[in-house]
Amino acid sequence: MTKHEPFIHIARRDGLAWWRAWLIRLAAAVLALLVSALFIYSLTKLNPVKVYAAMWEGAFGTPRRAWITARDASILLCIGVGLAPAFMMRFWNVGAEGQVLMGGCATAAVLIYCGRSLPTAALLGIGLVVSLAAGALWGVVPALFKAKWNTNETLFTLMMNYIAIQLTCFLVAKWENPKGSNSVGIINQQTQAGWFPAIAGKQYLLNVIIVLAVAVGMYLYLKYTKQGYEISVVGESENTARYAGISVRRVLIRTMAISGAVCGLSGFIAVAGASHTISTSTAGGRGFTAIIVAWMAKFNTFVMILIALLLVFLEKGAIQIASQFHLNDYASNVVEGIILFFLLGSEFFIQYTVRFRSHKNKKEVAPS
Amino acid sequence: MTQLISLLTSAIVFGTVILYGAVGEIITEKSGNLNLGVPGIMFLGGIAGLAAAFFYELHAAEPIGFVGLIVSFIAAVAASALGGLIYAFLTISLRANQNVTGLTLTIFGAGLANLFGGSLNALAGGVGQISVATTSRAYRAYIPSLAGLGRVGQLFFSFGFMAYLAIVLALAANWFLNRSRVGLNLRAVGEDPATADAAGINVTRYKYLATCVGAGISGLGGLYYAMDYIKGTWSTDGTIEALGWLAVALVIFATWKPARAIWSAYLFGVLYWAYNYITGLSRASIELFKMLPYVVTIIVLVAVSMRRSRESQPPKSLGLSYFREER
Repeated sequence: MTKHEPFIHIARRDGLAWWRAWLIRLAAAVLALLVSALFIYSLTKLNPVKVYAAMWEGAFGTPRRAWITARDASILLCIGVGLAPAFMMRFWNVGAEGQVLMGGCATAAVLIYCGRSLPTAALLGIGLVVSLAAGALWGVVPALFKAKWNTNETLFTLMMNYIAIQLTCFLVAKWENPKGSNSVGIINQQTQAGWFPAIAGKQYLLNVIIVLAVAVGMYLYLKYTKQGYEISVVGESENTARYAGISVRRVLIRTMAISGAVCGLSGFIAVAGASHTISTSTAGGRGFTAIIVAWMAKFNTFVMILIALLLVFLEKGAIQIASQFHLNDYASNVVEGIILFFLLGSEFFIQYTVRFRSHKNKKEVAPS
Repeated sequence: MTQLISLLTSAIVFGTVILYGAVGEIITEKSGNLNLGVPGIMFLGGIAGLAAAFFYELHAAEPIGFVGLIVSFIAAVAASALGGLIYAFLTISLRANQNVTGLTLTIFGAGLANLFGGSLNALAGGVGQISVATTSRAYRAYIPSLAGLGRVGQLFFSFGFMAYLAIVLALAANWFLNRSRVGLNLRAVGEDPATADAAGINVTRYKYLATCVGAGISGLGGLYYAMDYIKGTWSTDGTIEALGWLAVALVIFATWKPARAIWSAYLFGVLYWAYNYITGLSRASIELFKMLPYVVTIIVLVAVSMRRSRESQPPKSLGLSYFREER
């Protein structure tokens, strides 16, 4: 029937050696950095190598900078880890931003209302519990409706973000200190009540330890437990899960509670362990960036560490370039966008092979 | 009464921004592509229009508002369609995940727009904020004799041309999706691409075109925001992003019907600005008021899924990539 072979022919690969897959990803990242360099050069006429060196300086130049990079990467990682079980279930939880904020608000409330009457250990304990609960609540609501009426979860969780953002604005206006500043300020600045304690003199070490523990725990949970297996079956096919006697509804709600709770935990760490204040920038778009982190890592929590570090490095680096070369730090978002576009595109070449119509083939086909 | 009129006029201006975003997104989503890059695309449209007008006013000896208008309009549509093309290439040809690609586009668009919006003037050697007063005046021009007709004039004739263009586009999109053959084909693609493919519809071409055209329309929302809403300047406070997500909400609220999006957009505007006209609100409770559009959207989303009426469902293949080989 067809007169000629199509110009390009796409076929699914049977599976690529892991090192070749990573080679393709690396090539994409290098290509992306080249395009970004071109972009930076056309804008500033600066030597891109110098610019990248400045970025490195900005992210890791001093121990303090390196710790701040580690702190921010660990929060991003924590959110990504929280999203992994939901994504593995093919439940599009794009509501991390809101879940983080709710966890943060709950923590801030504990620090503000009980800061004078309870010791730090109790404050952290209560803060941890309420932030987990707040995040889980924000995650479970869309899951309940999905389970009962199959309500579209992408759109539902997206809307929940904005309710959380407005709720945060409301609380900020309520708690503002000093009056009229429209910000909460540093909570318990004098007493440092409810702040993460420094470990071995390192202020952010506890953040990193908690997040790494959660990451390892989630990896084991997804890979080696019965519940983790149920999640992956539901993600592959709901009908298979039902046939195997798995209650899809229960898995859905339980997994979203876990997912939301871990995102709430990120809010707890961000407030009690990092900024010691609450505002909408406690999440600051990281809930959305983490979606990309979780997706690109294919739910592998260890790959997430790598990607989270890369993104935070870009962010910190670009802030450095911005102040050094008088740009504004939105440049980091542009570079981030370019790199992500390339990495997203590279997945295609890992899953499929592309063959172009060759001249020789055409001759063979022509007579028929 | 004066208060009511002023509430309604600000609601219409507000609604126009998100109406553009929503109409474009409806066309995109009808092809089965859930483009979460709407805020990014609106950013691209806004900054491209602003930058084009800026360079025109900078280089022309005596800038004419109408020329600036044409130049910036074309630039805005082109830039936002290009944003749509990036999304389309990644999700349709390279089969990347739609949600992730859309969110990346939002990050990219916001970054690019705020980078140039914040430093364009400095890069060109000027001082202070970017401003394109002449072009902005052309966007905001209305017919004085009509706008002077008391309250009626204020309510119906006191807007720049883009407020009316939005309504025309929404009605045209409504006709297109419900009455034209191409529009019906497009909906078939969004509902069930495999069936559409079997019926001889070029699924790839439809998806590409719908996404790019949709993005072009969405981007006009950003242009209207930059030129009319904030009068030809730029602010890096992220308002466009919030408006962009509101546009996504509006698509749901209007249950994927462009004509319904018109009054829904103005309703969102009323809900958003209502706090200004209620006396005795504290600043904290104002923030709760701003939550209203999102709450009603969730209510509609839930109600639609509960009622299961066939007319108001999302397109069936929304969010899913189509691979012919994997049916």
